[in-house]
Amino acid sequence: MVEMVYYYDGSFDGFLCCIFESYANKEILTAIYRDEDDIPTLFASRSISTDKSHANRVLRKVVKCSTCAAELLQKGFLTCLPEKELHLYHMVVKLLKEGPSFLRNVSDDTLHPVFAAVRHLHGEAHLLKGFVRFSELGGVLGSEIEPKNRVLPLLRSHFCTRYQGETFFIYDKTHKEALFYAAGRAVIRPLEDFQMAAPDETEAHYRVLWKRFYDTIAIKERENPRCRMTNMPKRYWNTMTEFQSEDYFKPQSSPAAGPALSAPDGISVPATPPAPGLSAPASSP
Amino acid sequence: MDVLEKLSILTDAAKYDAACTSSGGDRTAKKGYIGNTSASLAGCCHSFSADGRCVTLLKVLMTNCCVYDCKYCVNRRSNDTRRTAFTPEELADLTINFYRRNYIEGLFLSSGVLRSPDYTMELMIKSLRLLREKYRFNGYIHAKAIPGAAPELVEQLGLLADRLSVNIELPSESALKTLAPDKTKGAILAPMRQIQVRNQENKEELVKYRHAPKFAPAGQSTQLIVGATADTDFQILRLTQGLYDRYRLKRVFFSAYVPVVEHALLPAKNVKPPLLREHRLYQADWLLRFYKFRAEELLDESNPSFDTRVDPKCSWALAHLDFFPVEVNTADYETLLRVPGIGIVSARRILTARRVGPLHIDDLKKLGVVMKRAQYFLTASGRVADGLRFTPDSLLHNLIAVEQPLLPQQDMVQLSLFDSAG
Repeated sequence: MVEMVYYYDGSFDGFLCCIFESYANKEILTAIYRDEDDIPTLFASRSISTDKSHANRVLRKVVKCSTCAAELLQKGFLTCLPEKELHLYHMVVKLLKEGPSFLRNVSDDTLHPVFAAVRHLHGEAHLLKGFVRFSELGGVLGSEIEPKNRVLPLLRSHFCTRYQGETFFIYDKTHKEALFYAAGRAVIRPLEDFQMAAPDETEAHYRVLWKRFYDTIAIKERENPRCRMTNMPKRYWNTMTEFQSEDYFKPQSSPAAGPALSAPDGISVPATPPAPGLSAPASSP
Repeated sequence: MDVLEKLSILTDAAKYDAACTSSGGDRTAKKGYIGNTSASLAGCCHSFSADGRCVTLLKVLMTNCCVYDCKYCVNRRSNDTRRTAFTPEELADLTINFYRRNYIEGLFLSSGVLRSPDYTMELMIKSLRLLREKYRFNGYIHAKAIPGAAPELVEQLGLLADRLSVNIELPSESALKTLAPDKTKGAILAPMRQIQVRNQENKEELVKYRHAPKFAPAGQSTQLIVGATADTDFQILRLTQGLYDRYRLKRVFFSAYVPVVEHALLPAKNVKPPLLREHRLYQADWLLRFYKFRAEELLDESNPSFDTRVDPKCSWALAHLDFFPVEVNTADYETLLRVPGIGIVSARRILTARRVGPLHIDDLKKLGVVMKRAQYFLTASGRVADGLRFTPDSLLHNLIAVEQPLLPQQDMVQLSLFDSAG
């Protein structure tokens, strides 16, 4: 068994291929890097090309051992855990070697980091179910979020059932991807840049109403900023209506001012859903 | 008056109601309707206000006009304040547009009593019907049943709302007589009983006919005011337990009384709301609902108030030291739940993890056990945490030290070198 560093293309399938190749070549992985991270190494390294059929073989094997491990593997890949690939690789190795019983013990040293990261992902997704704020722009609901983990796959079913008759999109600023939904179809696509358009009269009106409601509902005698920050950490406040500055509540002066927006053409208001080929982006499991 | 102004007045009048939850619903989306109630079984918070309380529903009054004169209430008829009312259309429009923007999980509709309880309930029913049928809203609705309204109206309201609530507010009948002379115990308990019975019937109907209309599928709740009267924690907690046992309530909320009016029978206006007491009552409420404690175990006649220094579970543990230490590898679920620092989730994790192999003391933190508290009360494979030494006397001090940073701090003032010593 030789120790080796692997490079892959950053996709989930690519990562599964790393696991496949490590078994095929009888190599132990000491690090797994993405090509784009561009980390030089002095150790022996190998660049892995993605092969869909190899990836499927790995996933099928994991599912066969334990569906719970497969879920951890898929969701673990969405988390912001540092060196998540290596942690997940160790989990799969242990699973194949010892069987699935260790998955019951959360305090297991291999499982615990993955488990904690997935719990963090679920926690963040749950908070964002509430903290996402949509703005209506020409009949389309749009919103921006800045999560630490890639939560869009977890938010997809929630928002698609809730707003099944609407057209909406959620833009993930951190990971530069967006969830689009229209007419019963949802896709997650990479989106390099996006700027929210200024509100029209109606949108500004409801923003003002909401801000007023939010400010009024608090009981002054009970003020407790620490409790609020525990429940709703400040990193979410950037994208929430109730914490925006005054400009956010002013309607755009005239509808003709459209081209002055900083948004690149065709992105600010995606009235039509992007290509209906429903394949999720390559990197999303 | 425009909608913005109405919203300010009617939100301000509704803010003292503690219940703001969207839990217990599991209605899936319906074609042609907007929304569902199944974000998560525990509900979904959409924001937190400056006082740290969750904002999940659009919590407003239908109207703040009221014929009653309850001494503790901002909306009593003798209070000189601006009065207004929403039209059903305004309310429905606000709800739908807030909901579409994901500001809220649904509507919490309460009301002052306009003309008579029946008339007010009819207004509320009209608004909710408009929202459900014309605006096709399928999200969460929490509606307040007005004490003294006809049973037929409560029935109609229950078919439109997910959760109903009737506020008891004052924990004893004598307090009710002096502070809320227009209300009676009977008028409050009658609709609660009706909702409970109807809810039970509805469950049977749903077994027989899958599409039977659902009556208040998320159950009912109530609220008690803490600190407006002389009632003790023990009385309040025993009442709470009785409500869970006999009325099958989903939740009992406690609201620390915020003095809004100067009155001989009420605490003076400069008295701070008893927030810590409210907090301890909520902790005890959780012990009743999830930890299988009884009110009599936590408090009794000779000891009717909670210790403000440590939480109720720690107090119980300190009074029952013979129960401990608990061995985590062999104890059953109920016993584990009694250990301070072990909760529902960590107790379950212990049960599954120990099937794989014996647990060690270092594993427990990773399982989610709060070792700061739990270490004094448990052993793992016969061992306690390394270097742990304590006596029953020092135990209380240690637990107080753990609790201290979690309590509201007294205002600290930065010392200055140049202040003249007074």
